[in-house]
Amino acid sequence: MAASKETRTRIGTWIGFVIILIWCLLPVVWILSLSFKGPGETAAGSPQFLPKHWTIQNYRDVLGFGTVSTGQEGTHTDFLSALRNSFGIAAVATVLSVIFATLAAYAIARLDFKGKRLVLSLALAIAMFPVVALVGPLFDLWRVLGLFNTWPGLIIPYMSFTLPLAIWTLSAFFREIPWEMEQAAQVDGATSWQAFRKVIVPLAAPGVFTAAILTFFFAWNEFVLAISLTSTTASRTVPAQLSFFVGPDPFNPPYGLLATASVVVTVPIIIIVLLFQRKIVAGLTSGAVKG
Amino acid sequence: MTTTTTATAAASAPPGRKRARMTDRSRAENRLGQRLVAPAVIVMLVVTAYPMFQALYLSLFRYRLTTPDDKAFIGLRNYATVLTDSLFWRDTWNTIVIMVVTVGVELVIGFAFAMVMHRIVFARGTVRTAILIPYGIITVVSAYAWQFAFSLNNGWVNSWFSWLPWIAPETNWFGSHWPAMFAIIVSEIWKTTPFMSLLLLAGLSQVSEDMIEAAQVDGATWWQRLWKVIIPNMRAAIMVAVLFRALDAFRIFDNIYVMTRGAQSTESSSFLTYRQVIQQFQLGLGSALSVLLFLAVLLLAWLIVKLFRVDLAQARGEA
Repeated sequence: MAASKETRTRIGTWIGFVIILIWCLLPVVWILSLSFKGPGETAAGSPQFLPKHWTIQNYRDVLGFGTVSTGQEGTHTDFLSALRNSFGIAAVATVLSVIFATLAAYAIARLDFKGKRLVLSLALAIAMFPVVALVGPLFDLWRVLGLFNTWPGLIIPYMSFTLPLAIWTLSAFFREIPWEMEQAAQVDGATSWQAFRKVIVPLAAPGVFTAAILTFFFAWNEFVLAISLTSTTASRTVPAQLSFFVGPDPFNPPYGLLATASVVVTVPIIIIVLLFQRKIVAGLTSGAVKG
Repeated sequence: MTTTTTATAAASAPPGRKRARMTDRSRAENRLGQRLVAPAVIVMLVVTAYPMFQALYLSLFRYRLTTPDDKAFIGLRNYATVLTDSLFWRDTWNTIVIMVVTVGVELVIGFAFAMVMHRIVFARGTVRTAILIPYGIITVVSAYAWQFAFSLNNGWVNSWFSWLPWIAPETNWFGSHWPAMFAIIVSEIWKTTPFMSLLLLAGLSQVSEDMIEAAQVDGATWWQRLWKVIIPNMRAAIMVAVLFRALDAFRIFDNIYVMTRGAQSTESSSFLTYRQVIQQFQLGLGSALSVLLFLAVLLLAWLIVKLFRVDLAQARGEA
């Protein structure tokens, strides 16, 4: 009886495992497959999952190597500059946001000061803020300040919207750090700088890193502000650029090109997920763990 | 490094809440704390508080960017225009439908996924890696993947599911309201279920195994254990997950922009606001919509917190 129950649980878990893998990976495999279908095949209609004729022409057009198809000469320059903007904006926003959040989270986790609850409530309110509601006034303000269609024009709002998550994650991490160890190191003869660098930094680094990953994901993904506050490839990021990808025929979207560009921008995400799976899970759940 | 040492000393002092007078040390700590949070608070406020007041102000004007000379104070008339417009209510309704359906379905699927992830002994890392891919993928990319999957000429949904009575090879998913809404909802559920399931997994791992075993010894069936032991004990995690996802789903924009651009009456509140402001340059009317959207989010958050008695501070271990 007990054995059969155990077997049943194991089979159930196995089925669940397979379902989760299919659920998560099917759409990814689908865009990957679509990226190898040529424009002729999608224009004629190809409801089958895998390409009839595999081709890397889409990758040539999107990344700009080898012979580019006629009519797609500008595609790769636009896409590559969007990729550059995305990387640059996301990286700068992440670094700045994490620095500010570390200072704030340290204060929240360790110091007693007036307005602590207010800061936490503010962060929570901003995490829930409907971004679209800001688009109009921000659009107006950015044009006056000359920030419209520039990198800082996106970096500043990305910082504001990632700070709550970063503060949230980091203060949860910092609360868990055994700060007494710093004192212990000092008693053992370390200077306060040594104690900080050798004891506290290694303990805090994983939390800071996790906050950085989550912040980067947000900035990499953001779309509303990216289409509203940019107008040219000087600052347009990948999600916005993707929505502007239109082939010569407006009634027949360039499936293959869009899929290829999608694959290219998904690769960094998959690499980050593969490398830092544990950290991301820990960061995402740090708010909800304590029940 | 004086900062850390003072802090350590202060933190190790007994947490006396009611001090008769502020000592020099606690005053210094107070000042340091406020200085450390100041940069973050300023950045958060610059981008949200000022534009919000600006929106509040502009919403009282007739103001279109294309005709700036025509700007005039009109009181609450923008709000009257919006609130009596059937378009506004239709989009609000769409948003609520999307929110309720996605959060409801995600709660069920997310819970099932969390159970599997909790029970699984082999390939833990593989499952968690797989589940983070939809989470990390760009929403626009996920919207394209699903738009193409549902596509009439190039999608696999029609050919794979044509055995279902209401799906034929020539079903045009983006040709009418409900099928288009269905496709949008599917893409949203696919992308955000992982987030839900990870939050639920965190809650699940807090439920004591002893309690479940005790219930089992007492003869509780699997179903009873689930409803009487597991779910009540992870209420806080469920509510936090629902709160975050509901507010997130209420702001849905990217999928709709990519998949239908609001065609077939699939606009959401966010999309309507965006269209008024950015495409039609109606800053006055658009600001009124922004303010209403903001109020709706506040109301929703308040309702969920009150209705389910979510104590976020407690959920975070702050209390």
